[in-house]
Order: sequence, then structure tokens, then C-alpha cells
Amino acid sequence: MLLQLFWTYLKVGTFTLGGGYAMLPLIQREVVDYRKWIDETEFLNMIALAQAAPGLIAVNSAIFIGYQVGARSVRSSCQGRRSARMYPYLAVASAVLGAVLPSFVIILAIAMVFSTYSGLPAVEAVMKGVRPAVVALIAAPLLRMATKANTPKPFREGGVLLLSWSLTAALLIWLAKVSPVYIIVATIILALVSTWVGGKVKTK
Amino acid sequence: MLYLQLFLSFFKIGLFGFGGGLAILSLIQHEVLAYGWLTEQQFVDIVAISQVTPGPIGINCATYVGYSATGSVWGSVLATGAMVLPGLIIMLAVCKVYQVLTARFADNRYFQNTLRYLRFAVLGLIAAAALLLITPATFIDNWSVVLFAAVFVFTILPQLIHPKQPVGKKIIDTLSHPILLIMLAGLAGYFIYR
Repeated sequence: MLLQLFWTYLKVGTFTLGGGYAMLPLIQREVVDYRKWIDETEFLNMIALAQAAPGLIAVNSAIFIGYQVGARSVRSSCQGRRSARMYPYLAVASAVLGAVLPSFVIILAIAMVFSTYSGLPAVEAVMKGVRPAVVALIAAPLLRMATKANTPKPFREGGVLLLSWSLTAALLIWLAKVSPVYIIVATIILALVSTWVGGKVKTK
Repeated sequence: MLYLQLFLSFFKIGLFGFGGGLAILSLIQHEVLAYGWLTEQQFVDIVAISQVTPGPIGINCATYVGYSATGSVWGSVLATGAMVLPGLIIMLAVCKVYQVLTARFADNRYFQNTLRYLRFAVLGLIAAAALLLITPATFIDNWSVVLFAAVFVFTILPQLIHPKQPVGKKIIDTLSHPILLIMLAGLAGYFIYR
């Protein structure tokens, strides 16, 4: 399990160009679709938490997945053993190491070889092809995610209204350059207030 | 002393670097230039390198600065570790709280609704990340649009076609894999722009 976590995040770390959100489609593919460590709803929860905490989104997500997977496998297998308590932290360590290692090694090699960077035309040509592809990779899973965002069942009224909030958030960040952290804070307040108001209306 | 400064600087960047990626860059720029670890030109170079190498930009910068400031691999290890550490501590606490809350408030309307609202906000965040990348630097000509459209279609292929045979499903799944699509787009870029 530890090796699987390390290997998965090594793959994610190696093929992420541009960092941050470009990593998400890969993580989704490997962790949600392939390994089934968490489901799509939990995946969206994870992004919210990773965004709200300081630090890099990619590393934060590695910590979240490592912790969840580690804690779950402890519960299912070796309960009571002393090593079991350390297991989630070992899982976190292997995921984080996997995520960080590729860029660490490559940058170190570059720092040691070149003192200043001279753009290689071949690399630049490859990157010109990759950049629009990354945009498509980020945008394409949005529709599928939208259907998964509206769970669990007992609380699912008002989905269309919430989608308009998604749109508002996107526009605020894109055009008004509002920091995503403020969006997260505003969302929490909005959720608490509307749940409170909703409860009042129902009891009347 | 240099190592201590390096550690403190990158710990600070890790602690206050909300939002990750490009949001962190200005913070790094401020710290690194203030200590004279890099020149302005070197900083621009490292940003360019970060964009053509894998991994988060923050990690790339920490590794590069750590090495060039000390001339030793250990400088890189220290700076990168210092960068990751604050997020690690806070995120672990967040994970613990999240786990306890999901267990205790599984039927709590406030908690479940907050999570649901957050999921919709995240849809917006991801959409914004895509929108912010639609720049003249990313979409340089019609080939860019073609590559964008092709990768988009291949990614949603599993939702468009539902083959009955397991072999067909396997082929669709392989074709829509992000790693394969990135490599193919890179290959296409090489032949178009070289």
C-alpha cells in the first residue's frame, strides 16, 4: 500500500507540467478511477480543503489521500498493533515524497548543469503543444464533476442555484482576480446562513 | 547561518503561500531577492524552467534556490523540506478534524450542506484555473485550438461512448488517459513547431 501510494504520486508528479490545478485531472484518474481510494464526492471535498490550507495544492492533496488511505487500511487490517498508529503518517510520507521527488531531482540536475537557462527550441516546441492540452484536461471533467457535487441525497435541493454560485466563483477569480481562499471562506458562511434560513422556513 | 536563513525564509513562504502555484511566486520573489540569493535575471529563468519541468512551481523554486545559494545538495533538501513543512503540519490537522467531523456529523444538516456548497465552489475554482490559462501565451495559433479540442474530446470519451465489450471499454479508458494525452500533445507540438 505504501509503495502503491508512492508510485501513484511519482507518476502524478512526473507528468504534471505547470503545477497546481494541472495535477488534478491526473490525481482524479489515478486515485478515483483507477485505485478507487476515494470517490468523486470526496475528491471535491479534498480540493476544497487543500485550497483552504496553506501550502501547495499538489502536496496538500498527497497528504489528504495518504492520510485517508492509511487510516482506512489500519481500520480494516492490523487493529491494535502499535505500528498501526504510525501507519497513516507513513502513508502520508510516501505520498508526499512521491509527489515532490520528480521535480526535486530534475530541478537539482538543471541547477547543477546550467547556471542560466537557455531555452532549447525542441523543448519549447513540445511545450507549445502541451500547454493547450493541459487547459483541456482541466476543463473537460467539469461536467462529470458537476453531477457528483450534488450529494448526499437528503440535502440535494437547490442544485441549479448552487451551480450559479460555481459560475460566480469562477468569474470572480477569473475577472476580478479574487483569491480562491476568500471564495472558500465566503462559501462556508453562505452555506451556514442558508442552512439556518432554510431550517427556519421549513419549521414555520 | 545561511542554512538557518534559508530554512526560515522557505518556512515562511510555505506558511503564507495560500493558493499555491503562481500565487506563491511573488512571495518567493520578495524573499529570494531580499537576501540576494538570486539575481532578477536568475529568478526569471527559474520561472521559465518551472514551466517546462514537471512539479509544483514552489517546489521547483525551493530546490533551485537551495542549491544555488549554498552550492550543495543539502541546501536543496533543506529549502524544499522547509517549504513543505508548514502545509504538512496544518494539512494533517485538517485531515484529522475532517475525519472526526465526517464520522460525528454524518447526519448534520449544517456540516453536510457546507461540504456540498464547498464542492460547488471547487467547480468554480477549477473552471477559473482553466479560464486563467486561456492566454495568448498558451493559445498561440489555430494548432493550439485543434490540440485543445482533440484533448477535450478524448478526455470525455468514456462519457460519450459506452462499448459493451470489456475490450472496447479498455481501449476507451486507455485513450482518455491524461498521461498519454499529454505525451501525444507534446509529440504533436514537436512536429508542428520545431
